[in-house]
Amino acid sequence: MRVPVSWLTEHLETDETYSAEQIADAFVRVGLEVEEVTPLGPVTGPVVVGRVAEIEELTEFKKPIRYCTVEVYEADDHAEMVADGSDEPRTRGIVCGATNFVEGDLVAVALPGAVLPGGFAISARKTYGRISDGMICSARELGLGDEHSGILVLPSGEAAAGDDAIELLGLDETIIELSITPDRGYAFSIRGLARELACALDVTGRDAAAVDVPEAEGDAYPVRIEDGEGCERFVARRVTGVDPTAPTPWWVRRRLMLAGIRSISLTVDVTNYVMLETGQPMHAFDTSTLRGDIVVRRAKAGETLTTLDDVERTLDDDDIVVADDSGPISLAGVMGGASTEVRPDSTDILLEAAIWDPPSIARAVRRHKLPSEAAKRFERSVDPQLPPHALERAARLLRDNADGNIQPGRTDEGGARPLAPVTMPMSLPDKVAGTEYERGATARRLAQIGCAIEVGSTDDGKPSVTVVPPSWRPDLVEPADLVEEVLRLEGYDTIPSELPAARPGKGTTAAQRRKRTVGRALAEAGYVEVLPFPFVSPSVWDAFGLAEDDSRRRTVTVLNPLEADRSELSTTLLPPLLDTLVRNVSRGMRDVALFHIGQVVLPMAEQVPVPSVGVADRPSEADLASLQAALPTQPTHVAVVLAGNRQRAGWWGPGEPASWADAVQAARIVAEASGVELTVRAAELAPWHPGRCARLLDGDVPLGYAGELHPKVVDALGLPKRTCAMELKLDGLPLVERRPAPSPSPYPPVLLDVALVVDADVPVDEVATTLRGGGGDLLEDLHLFDVFTGEQVGEGKRSLAYALRFRAQDRTLTLDEATTARDAAVAAATERHGATLRA
Amino acid sequence: MSAANDSYDPKQVAALAPETLQAAVEQARKEFTTAADLDALAAAKPAHLGDKAPLMVARREIGALPPQARSDAGKRVNEAQKTVRDAFDERRAELVAERDARVLREEGVDVTLPWDRVPRGARHPITTISERIADVFVGMGYEIAEGPELETEWFNFDALNFKKDHPARTMQDTFYVAPADSGLVLRTHTSPVQIRALLERDLPVYVVCPGRTFRTDELDATHTPVFHQVEGLAVDKGLTMAHLKGTLDAFARAMFGDKAKIRLRPSYFPFTEPSAEPDVWFEEKKGGPGWVEWGGCGMVNPNVLRACGIDPDVYSGFAFGMGIERTLQFRNGIPDMRDMVEGDARFTMPFGTEAF
Repeated sequence: MRVPVSWLTEHLETDETYSAEQIADAFVRVGLEVEEVTPLGPVTGPVVVGRVAEIEELTEFKKPIRYCTVEVYEADDHAEMVADGSDEPRTRGIVCGATNFVEGDLVAVALPGAVLPGGFAISARKTYGRISDGMICSARELGLGDEHSGILVLPSGEAAAGDDAIELLGLDETIIELSITPDRGYAFSIRGLARELACALDVTGRDAAAVDVPEAEGDAYPVRIEDGEGCERFVARRVTGVDPTAPTPWWVRRRLMLAGIRSISLTVDVTNYVMLETGQPMHAFDTSTLRGDIVVRRAKAGETLTTLDDVERTLDDDDIVVADDSGPISLAGVMGGASTEVRPDSTDILLEAAIWDPPSIARAVRRHKLPSEAAKRFERSVDPQLPPHALERAARLLRDNADGNIQPGRTDEGGARPLAPVTMPMSLPDKVAGTEYERGATARRLAQIGCAIEVGSTDDGKPSVTVVPPSWRPDLVEPADLVEEVLRLEGYDTIPSELPAARPGKGTTAAQRRKRTVGRALAEAGYVEVLPFPFVSPSVWDAFGLAEDDSRRRTVTVLNPLEADRSELSTTLLPPLLDTLVRNVSRGMRDVALFHIGQVVLPMAEQVPVPSVGVADRPSEADLASLQAALPTQPTHVAVVLAGNRQRAGWWGPGEPASWADAVQAARIVAEASGVELTVRAAELAPWHPGRCARLLDGDVPLGYAGELHPKVVDALGLPKRTCAMELKLDGLPLVERRPAPSPSPYPPVLLDVALVVDADVPVDEVATTLRGGGGDLLEDLHLFDVFTGEQVGEGKRSLAYALRFRAQDRTLTLDEATTARDAAVAAATERHGATLRA
Repeated sequence: MSAANDSYDPKQVAALAPETLQAAVEQARKEFTTAADLDALAAAKPAHLGDKAPLMVARREIGALPPQARSDAGKRVNEAQKTVRDAFDERRAELVAERDARVLREEGVDVTLPWDRVPRGARHPITTISERIADVFVGMGYEIAEGPELETEWFNFDALNFKKDHPARTMQDTFYVAPADSGLVLRTHTSPVQIRALLERDLPVYVVCPGRTFRTDELDATHTPVFHQVEGLAVDKGLTMAHLKGTLDAFARAMFGDKAKIRLRPSYFPFTEPSAEPDVWFEEKKGGPGWVEWGGCGMVNPNVLRACGIDPDVYSGFAFGMGIERTLQFRNGIPDMRDMVEGDARFTMPFGTEAF
């Protein structure tokens, strides 16, 4: 909310003057967020009121241009000046491109020598073939607001030519822009803000809504509230004989302008002005357009209403409407209807000030996407005592400025619901703050914000306070709310700083430590961590070549994605990771190895509905279980992608391209970092290359895949050739804790090599496992040092050369023993894989 | 060899004459000393220390001496031989040292050559700083709590005292998921983990919850729709706002240096009452020492405790939350948020594996 400082300070009863910065600081101290403090201007030099004496239309230009003769002094004043020897001209010729004024209008004229906001210096200059001896200003040029549709025309009778416009327009002003938190509806007004300011500065304030409300005679208009839940109170006042041509007084226009609200007509301006000042949104009907009694009710589904913005809206049966015999005439608390709006010729005005149910308004705003100024206040709640006062203020403004007659009747249906009293121990604020406030601080602060206070005692005889919150503070419902009021007004800076006594914690969990270790291991192995967004396009599954029934296509869809084509939450880490790879490559990097550890969202085949669970107490275990069951599983995965060279080329020789083997090794790195040994098996799964894809298992449990991507996938996604990838369900790896330590044998080893010839399609991993099993306990280590294919070993065969290290735990192993063990290992390989010893 | 000499006549065994021996020694010494390398030295060796060397020949003549002269002559030969051997060893040692020095010199390399065949990677600074923050609290006795990113509205809003249809809910710029009444959202903050912690753990609870969060903000220099928060929660008997301030002060010092401090401004969050926004002051702030807005905090709202079945008359608590990207931004002077989310390896690499 944009607020001119002078509007606030006129409600403070103090002789002190406060700078805008002091005021802004005071607001911040009590919890109002100051977005910006903006002094107007600066405007210097001669800016005066001028009267347009003559307009000459210059027609030879593409756009309308006027050459205006403007009186910048009244005749009498000028005569005196001349008598005193001045040679100032009484009139100035000024070229102007605006057309929203007529001869006789008062305007703001910046004379040569004036400097307008933005360092805009005014001088006499030739333009459109004339000498322009100054400038007729718009509101924006003077720094008053954003209005630039025409020049600023001042109401006649409020000034004379030659008056200092800087003073008249109130250009010496500062605007404070505040953002109002959702709990403080009352602060959406001068009334509420001035009250906060008075509290913050510890001075007395005046109620900006204090207007005498006279006794009424009868109703202003027949109104019936059918929906008491939606409408707490409906008050109306009628003003007849309003002069529709009456202009809005300058001071009202100025404040609206400074608050960022456009001036429309006197009646509309008055309702807006009173809303800004008191916080009570109002609506004005042209009484002559109403048909029969007004009824406040919920809309019937399918009813329509054309709102003030000329949009026909289909109503929902949750919308609250103001209706007459013609049907809905206003979407309550949100926007009025076009059929009954105040028009340029309206003279009979019915002013409405009502209190609407905040949640209903919030829903209507969302449904109709109509975040109006009125709705912003209603959804935060409005003081239910306000309507008659606000109406009186508005009616009087119409009376005083447009010769209106305030009719004696006042409709007042419904009524303000009283707020419940709250009792708390007097010392609760001290207890919560962890300090001791001055005696009486609690009662004093609560009274300051408008609470009615009654001091009593608790059951155990300690002083207590019972508080009836003021009508504008429905947010004060329990002791904690009162505590906050005391603490913020006493100042958070008076709260001491104290560290709670340390308690023993159990440190990080095994899973947390593992995640860190895995991240470090991958980083040390050359992978760079990235944190891409989880949003993907459904088309990526086609690019991946997934079958129609592949479960990875079963995604959760975001209803309001930022990018329309990326509306799904990825079921694998790879698509966003590959996007990031492409981004890096497109930025000129060739050798890229990335990793990501994050959650994926895996919805169930059948979505389980979320149960309705209350918040008054701990949910039942059954409810908690249902809440959990409604959530898709979200395991933590780890994935890598890599392209280009894994080992760089350099002075040492050529580079080594990233390959399927690196991707599989990445999985082994993850497993080793987790203290687990993975089993690797050949597999075929999109998006991997069918001949270069490994399934990664813990025992028999598949946990992921690694290898080179399918060339079609590489093409479809624009990836570098032979891009490789690995993804593993990190949560699926067993957690290893308290691993038993080995006891290394001090005895010497026996080293033996074997070369086995096996069919080329026998996985090396299986041969190794077999050898390990056959070699028994004496086989300490086994290392594949060569793989050879060629004529010598025969078609479809390959030779696997292993270095075996044998060692006994308790003695020096003899060569015979080692040889026997080796032979056993080879025999096992022969039996299981048909391996033969290479000659 | 000369025949046995019964009558002593030294002239018969001239080879044993002192001057002869001396000449042999001199000759050997000279040749050894002038040997230019180990090969030359080796070549010179047989002539002076081999079987046919003059001194060996002389030794064999000792028997030709009369018995009374043999001992004397033996001593002379021994001495001469030792002198020659010493000369050889000395020269050899010299030459070996020379050769070793030359070989090492020749094996010298340009040690400034690069060897980055597989350059080290890096962890994302968001990850490392999250861990560092978590560790600060682990050091204070907290435990790390985690939760799902796709959350039920009950955990993300209801239990945190966000009333249905209250503007506070819409303020969160939530990503909703299909169908429209799914009751699921991408968590808008890490606060639902507070609720999970309170429901799952025994009191007292001291937890810190780092994690990824989501809001519908367009990506620009200061906003990102996917970001990270770290949340802290303490629920115990007798906790006060002074404890909150003390905890945040300790946190600020751990992250921003010993002189860093916190001030609190009143604010509003549905799940805390009283609520505050902390500002942190630190010396190394870009543009000079000063205050920076740093998240939100407050005393846990009694409604939150009730929703978790905790009696607010017995227990109280405080909670706080900070944006990690934002923390990193002002801590490490990162002007553009996009650098942290785009995954450009050049941004991440310099961070290595620790939070600097």
